[in-house]
Amino acid sequence: MLWTCLHFSDFSLQLLLRGAAQPQPTIITTGGNRPAVLSCNPEARSQGIAPGMAVATALALSPDLIERPRDVEAELKAFEGAAAWASQFTSLVSLAATDSLLLEIDGSLRLFGGLRPLLQRFGQELADMGYAATIAVAPTPTAARLLARSGIGSTITDVANLETALAGLPLSLLDQSEDIIRMLALMGVSTIGECLALPRDGLARRFGQFLVDELDRALGRLPDPRPIWIAPPRYKARLLLPAPVQDTEPLLFAASRLIQELTGWLSMRQAGITRLKLVLHHEDRRPTSIALGFATPSREPQRIRTLLRERLSTLTLPDRVESIGLESVETRPLGSRNLSLFPEDRLPEEERWLIIDHLRARLGAEAVYSIVSHPDHRPELAWRCCEPGASTPGDEHAARPLWLLDPPQLLRTGADDKPVLKEPLVVLSGPERIESGWWDEKEAKRDYFVAADSNGRRFWVYRERAGAKTWFLQGMFT
Amino acid sequence: MPPALDLVLQNPAIWRGNQYAKTAVESIPTGFAELDELLPGGGWPRAALTQLLANQHGIGELRLLLPALACLSQQEKWLVLVAPPHQPFAPGFESIGVNLARLIVVNTRSDSESLWAAERCLRSGTCAAVVTWPGSSAQPALRRLQLAAEEGKSFGVVFGPTRHAANPSPASLRIQLSASRNRLEVQILKRRGGGWAPSLSLNLHPHERDLTATPRPPTINPPRLRRVQHGLA
Repeated sequence: MLWTCLHFSDFSLQLLLRGAAQPQPTIITTGGNRPAVLSCNPEARSQGIAPGMAVATALALSPDLIERPRDVEAELKAFEGAAAWASQFTSLVSLAATDSLLLEIDGSLRLFGGLRPLLQRFGQELADMGYAATIAVAPTPTAARLLARSGIGSTITDVANLETALAGLPLSLLDQSEDIIRMLALMGVSTIGECLALPRDGLARRFGQFLVDELDRALGRLPDPRPIWIAPPRYKARLLLPAPVQDTEPLLFAASRLIQELTGWLSMRQAGITRLKLVLHHEDRRPTSIALGFATPSREPQRIRTLLRERLSTLTLPDRVESIGLESVETRPLGSRNLSLFPEDRLPEEERWLIIDHLRARLGAEAVYSIVSHPDHRPELAWRCCEPGASTPGDEHAARPLWLLDPPQLLRTGADDKPVLKEPLVVLSGPERIESGWWDEKEAKRDYFVAADSNGRRFWVYRERAGAKTWFLQGMFT
Repeated sequence: MPPALDLVLQNPAIWRGNQYAKTAVESIPTGFAELDELLPGGGWPRAALTQLLANQHGIGELRLLLPALACLSQQEKWLVLVAPPHQPFAPGFESIGVNLARLIVVNTRSDSESLWAAERCLRSGTCAAVVTWPGSSAQPALRRLQLAAEEGKSFGVVFGPTRHAANPSPASLRIQLSASRNRLEVQILKRRGGGWAPSLSLNLHPHERDLTATPRPPTINPPRLRRVQHGLA
């Protein structure tokens, strides 16, 4: 087994900062009556703000400071979003507290091309999601977490090297009560190496079996089972923006953070998204909800992003946006693409649908369609709109016009019973009798002719067989 | 031609007005041999914009394109009709051999949307042909469409009224169309390789009886500065 630990230090602060491209001085506060600074970013630190300081003092130092109380519940939800992203890499994801993700990666190394490419990908995608994490690799989950929490982030693949790697780490990283750590410190024991040098039985008698067990688990001497985290069947995440925005670009930036998470979740489920919902929350207004549809399932961040950009560019927001939410509404199975033997022989199927999605995002879904023949003799019922590309070949047709006028245009009847459109039309061929539809309300009893005017334009006209025998123009052979 | 004159004309130093440089542009056969003969590359230029100028819908301007469109529809890429003047009729397109599974109709609310959609489709590289009927404000946007067609290697067609014939245009092929009775008069205004092209009269309905046989007064071509008729009434 080989474990990777992704440790997010100051997760609440990272969570707030990931929503904006340009970091501003930001602090996370304890809340309550006398709020204090829990953590601050480097921009705030450079203005003299430090954790533990009263918020009033911090605000005096930097008036345009962004401050937010810590929201543990939102943190947990966001952390699960990161876990959903991570579950694309392995089937064994475990959450340790709300700041460390443990992934078993031994079985994934081959698929992702080895340890180094996998770690690089972790780093890259975490950065795309707006997170910074210390990444450590070790044969046991406890050791991986200790190494990640220490901030060293080393890579150890052999159990034999564990003891030396852990020896220098401070005891405070262990999951032990503060009393035990303090008592050990009074004894002059401050690192794991020093603790391991003590006699085992005495250590267990004085500080309890739990300390010895934790050390044993770290070194792989005891089994270390971890609860497996199961990704939810639907992806739903929310991202709080550090400052309210109304422009497209910052919104898109924040959304792309979530899109990266979403695509990780999608590849874990071997699915592609077909319908997606972006919810923009305003301060005191009903949230704006944007539905995005995809003609074919997709999990490419770039494709989702460009479509979203198209959609946002045509949107006028009623108010500034405080936070955004992203939800998967419908997904469909999508396997990995096989590499073609001849790379350029075929257009990737997904690429072909990109243009449909683009047009629909801007013009609306119903503005982009295909047409298909429908088996009915009445011309107005002989065709249907359908989804692009869904058209199936119809039967053999007689000569039919390319343009259909719907509804048909009424023509005057000339002196010799001929149709008149500005000028009398010359009948070229016909009649073709169409009588159909006695069973529904749209009965047609017509004689169709092809007629032409002096400019050579060809029309498809018909004459009602019942009633006033009026002429109508229904199509154009262009 | 007298043999002496013929001999002189064979001199490569002599350029004649009806010659044009045959360029090796990728092209799609139009389906009309007489027209192919006059076009550089022997057909509609792929990866470029073609402007078709006609004052009326229905004189056969679409019929001129259809053999090429039907041929392109047998491939994988899309054929896009942006803002067609009337509802495209599925049996009509099918009877001419267009594979409807490749045909997309895009309805727009304004000229700017039509031009945006046309440019997007041309540039995407997944549309074999994009045919658009923009309004009169399209003229300045043609350059963008031409560039997009080059980039996406797409056959772009823009319809417009004949009064635009006098305006300069970045489209690499410009053809003016007019109808006389049974035939379609095709005048190439601009083509790659340059040169003057003779006008051409195409019979689009070769199987029908000749309308010219009926005694009718000669028709006069509409004057150039007439308003374009988009409707029929």
